[in-house]
Amino acid sequence: MYPKELRYSKEHEWAKTEGKRVRVGITKFAADRLSDVVYVELPAVGADIAFMQPFGVVESVKAVSDLYAPVSGKVVEINKALVEKPEVINMDPYGEAWMILVEPKDPGELGQLMDAAAYAAMVGEATS
Amino acid sequence: MDDALKRTPLYEAHRRLGGRMVPFGGWEMPVQYSSIMEEHRTVRTRAGLFDVSHMGEVDLVGPGALPLVQRLVTSDVGRLSVDQALYSPMCTPEGGIIDDLLVYKMSDTHLMLVINAGNTPEDLAWLRAHPGPGVTLTDRTAEIALLAFQGPRAEAILQRLTRTPLGEIKYYWFRRGVEVAGRTVIASRTGYTGEDGFELYAQAGDAVHLWDAILEAGRADGVLPAGLGARDTLRLEAGYLLHGNDMDKTTTPLEAGLGWTVKLQKGEFIGADVLRRQKAEGIPKRLIGFTLEGRAIARHGFPILQDGAATGRVTSGSFGPTVEKSIGLGYVPPRHAEVGRPLAVEIRGRAVPGAVTKLPFYAREKTA
Repeated sequence: MYPKELRYSKEHEWAKTEGKRVRVGITKFAADRLSDVVYVELPAVGADIAFMQPFGVVESVKAVSDLYAPVSGKVVEINKALVEKPEVINMDPYGEAWMILVEPKDPGELGQLMDAAAYAAMVGEATS
Repeated sequence: MDDALKRTPLYEAHRRLGGRMVPFGGWEMPVQYSSIMEEHRTVRTRAGLFDVSHMGEVDLVGPGALPLVQRLVTSDVGRLSVDQALYSPMCTPEGGIIDDLLVYKMSDTHLMLVINAGNTPEDLAWLRAHPGPGVTLTDRTAEIALLAFQGPRAEAILQRLTRTPLGEIKYYWFRRGVEVAGRTVIASRTGYTGEDGFELYAQAGDAVHLWDAILEAGRADGVLPAGLGARDTLRLEAGYLLHGNDMDKTTTPLEAGLGWTVKLQKGEFIGADVLRRQKAEGIPKRLIGFTLEGRAIARHGFPILQDGAATGRVTSGSFGPTVEKSIGLGYVPPRHAEVGRPLAVEIRGRAVPGAVTKLPFYAREKTA
């Protein structure tokens, strides 16, 4: 149900190790709960982010939600295409809707995140 | 789950359709079924069906009914014909708006008021505090279910379920004893979306049958159930106000841009003194529409900035799926209210630029 190669935070972000970097986005569970996403606010390239601290915002018609960093580090790339077309979050949350690419300060933090099975258990595999 | 929340007769139907239920005005209502934007677009291009049974309905019967309502609302109910309705605010002696409502003229001695769900208890208390000789008040909220079928295809689809020629019912007129899918309703050509459509007042026991029948009749046309989320984006694009957000007891109809409903020449009504004074001396604040650059949404309470200072506050804001812009309503001093005047809204510490926009943000193409 949830991609096995990713790690998950309790705030519904996913983290993907890509060599020395970590790619970050939000899960399908979070995207479905938000539904109509209209706006994504991402940090600037070069910004420092801290583990489980807000790094941006995702805004739907009804509400605005903070995005929490699943790793500490420096933002090396942001997904400008997502800012142009935020609705991609609802279509491809693990692929095209990646949000930031991070150079992690402490790769050990990934160990504090959940694997796919634990995340699936947390959100309950039942349909929302 | 909050046991104190009321449920309409369509609660189970909403759950079956995947409705996401939320508390609203003391009721448990569907905010969306599939997606707010999809439901919104469906109403604008085809038709959508809303359960608005949470609204309050009050019957006022007797020779004193018309004079009572005439004293309580700003609009002139004396000009109503039988089978005609009007929209009006109802004011306090200070000119503040207790509620906005529809007045339906059933006969010279029978009016039905349709009031906001969240204000129903207060409105009833206000009505009861102003008894007249020869008026009987009956709260019919629990007996009446209200379905709103809105969109350019609404009339054509509804016509398949009734022999009544719906084209004969004009805007803000209604007809009683209309049989839809075998059940008797009041069919009213009114709505809150900016599209053509009907609101059907039915007996509570007929709600599910009518709901299912309309969705079935419109299935091949792509009709969808629509929730409160889409209702809000639709009304905002159409420039309609939401009581509690854009107007309340601290705002007068003139400040809220509802001057067209205020008929001072009709005679005395509660709040008339204040409104007369405002007409003569001016108003301290004015509701405006605005459009922002980018897609960040202005939310209720966010500061409006003009000429480097905070001049007012946002009362409603959203992303308009049809106009594809971040839009909203808010109050500013009248001298800052001209269409085109630049402004900014402070969103999470950032001043997002925009401008005062003429209302409505969206108007449908009228064919009749």
